[in-house]
Amino acid sequence: MTTLTAGALLPVKVRARRPVPVMLAGGFLALVVVAAVFAPLLAPYAPDAVDLSASLAGTSPEHLLGTDASGQDLLSRVLYGARSSLLAPLALLALAALLGITMGTVAAWYGGWVDTLLSRVTDVMYAFPGLLFVVLVIAVFGDGLTTSVVAVGLAYAPTIARYTRSLALSERSKPYIDAYRVQGMGGARICVRHLVPNLSGALVGYLVVLFGEGLMSLATLSYLGFGAGSPSIDWGLMVQEGQDAVVQGALLPALVPGTAIAAVVVAFNIVGVWVSDRLGQGR
Amino acid sequence: MLRGLPRRIAGLLATLLAASFVIFSAVYAAPGDPAVLLSGSRQELTPEKLAAVRAEYHLDEPLVVQYGRWLWESAQGDLGRSFQYRDQVADLIAARLPTTLELVAYATVFFVVLGVGSGVLAALRRGWVDSAVVGGTTLAASIPSFVAAIALVSLFGVQLGWFPVTGQGEGFAGRLHHLTLPAFALALGALAVISRVTRQAMAEAYASDHVEAARAAGLTEREIVVRHVLRNALGPIVTMCGLVMAGMLAGTVVVETAFGLSGVGSLLVSAITTHDFPVTQAVLLLMVIGYVVVTTLVDLVHPLIDPRVSLAGKAA
Repeated sequence: MTTLTAGALLPVKVRARRPVPVMLAGGFLALVVVAAVFAPLLAPYAPDAVDLSASLAGTSPEHLLGTDASGQDLLSRVLYGARSSLLAPLALLALAALLGITMGTVAAWYGGWVDTLLSRVTDVMYAFPGLLFVVLVIAVFGDGLTTSVVAVGLAYAPTIARYTRSLALSERSKPYIDAYRVQGMGGARICVRHLVPNLSGALVGYLVVLFGEGLMSLATLSYLGFGAGSPSIDWGLMVQEGQDAVVQGALLPALVPGTAIAAVVVAFNIVGVWVSDRLGQGR
Repeated sequence: MLRGLPRRIAGLLATLLAASFVIFSAVYAAPGDPAVLLSGSRQELTPEKLAAVRAEYHLDEPLVVQYGRWLWESAQGDLGRSFQYRDQVADLIAARLPTTLELVAYATVFFVVLGVGSGVLAALRRGWVDSAVVGGTTLAASIPSFVAAIALVSLFGVQLGWFPVTGQGEGFAGRLHHLTLPAFALALGALAVISRVTRQAMAEAYASDHVEAARAAGLTEREIVVRHVLRNALGPIVTMCGLVMAGMLAGTVVVETAFGLSGVGSLLVSAITTHDFPVTQAVLLLMVIGYVVVTTLVDLVHPLIDPRVSLAGKAA
């Protein structure tokens, strides 16, 4: 999915050569997306089918990845879990990108108090290490997947805004922007129609890397019990639910979803770095 | 060299004031009555209890006055009372702080030794060693710490039985033994960052003219690496180590929860789950102060290590 959209933006010459790890990572991500979309067709069991006689079973032909404490099939749960684990970071990124790119562009274009406000907000946000700002929002507004998505989205927005601002500042001084201005085009129209689209290459690469990070943050929140709640199926939550079994010697319930999270984040990082290298080259 | 110092300290105080105000006034951003949120329980609120909470937190006064009072009392070590434990928040934190600090210190040893070591190795031995380090750090940076924690417990705790899975241990050796897996899980992400920064800084220092001059002057490769390459790369490496260590305060939240350690990080998680707002505020305030102060200190130390950098301006 990612490689296709990213590749479409590249000149043909560059598109021809892709290193092997990037191909593998991209292929893996495509597989994960397919698995998430077709989970009902692929999953051998219903993800919430309890079978206490098969509690904490190891790998077997019946349960390829074993079962958890209530005998739920782990393969089916990981397939279904891919849905919320991929959709939630997507929603979070959409929110963060919308806010961040708007703030960054406005700050770069108009400067003045908007710019000052952005840098003050960023300073305060950066005073909270890691996920602590998100944790504060959750402490006040209560836990749940929606709160987590909005909170992480708000936390990422200033970072995206700062990056957009630096890109937009150098883009603004290019002659073609002056040309539009001379033609009498308004600032808002130049930004929306020309400036931001011209930044999209660099921004896309950045957002792909942030996607992996966002997935990791949301999984961590779910693991801590602040994100997706109990009946829903989410990788981070699955790790938390499977954790007690680890001490009893049943490793699969926690390791299967944990591996899924790590593998997807690794793949996103590899693809993201490659995409930003390629798309950043023209700058 | 000290020209920028007052400005830095003013900036530090301004950031701390703003962040503490955000932490304090967050209660008012919540929908509904702040007294309900502060009382902890969401049900069984009699009007008398609400009035008591209102009086305890002076909720009828203007926001700025309340904030000033809270800040003044916090500065004197009075962080209020926990609703969950019916205890002084300051005592709760003081009892748990040693575990958290030990964890961070131990993890720092891990990431400095392994991160700088692997970064130097990657910069010196190009080829497969370099690729292995870069690949390994990409992997390490992508594994969330709670997944690393579970994997470490599974392998070294349950399968091999080398390390204890629960508890905090007795005596220095016992504590060290118990904290090894948590510290490693906490250090993993930091290790990757430091390794990359070291590799990059070493490579840049290697490419500079004075290294070529030293080589032409007949210095041995070992002397060149230690006295000229590593010495010049030290600025960014030390800075990054400081920043990453400060960020670890937040990482303890996850790692302490994963390993069931009773530290400040796991206190924050249980405070949020039990709606214990005074404890939440106090722990957040403590972590933000720790983080901001350490990052500022790192900034101040940078010119001492690398005289080309001055406090007043940016890098030369």
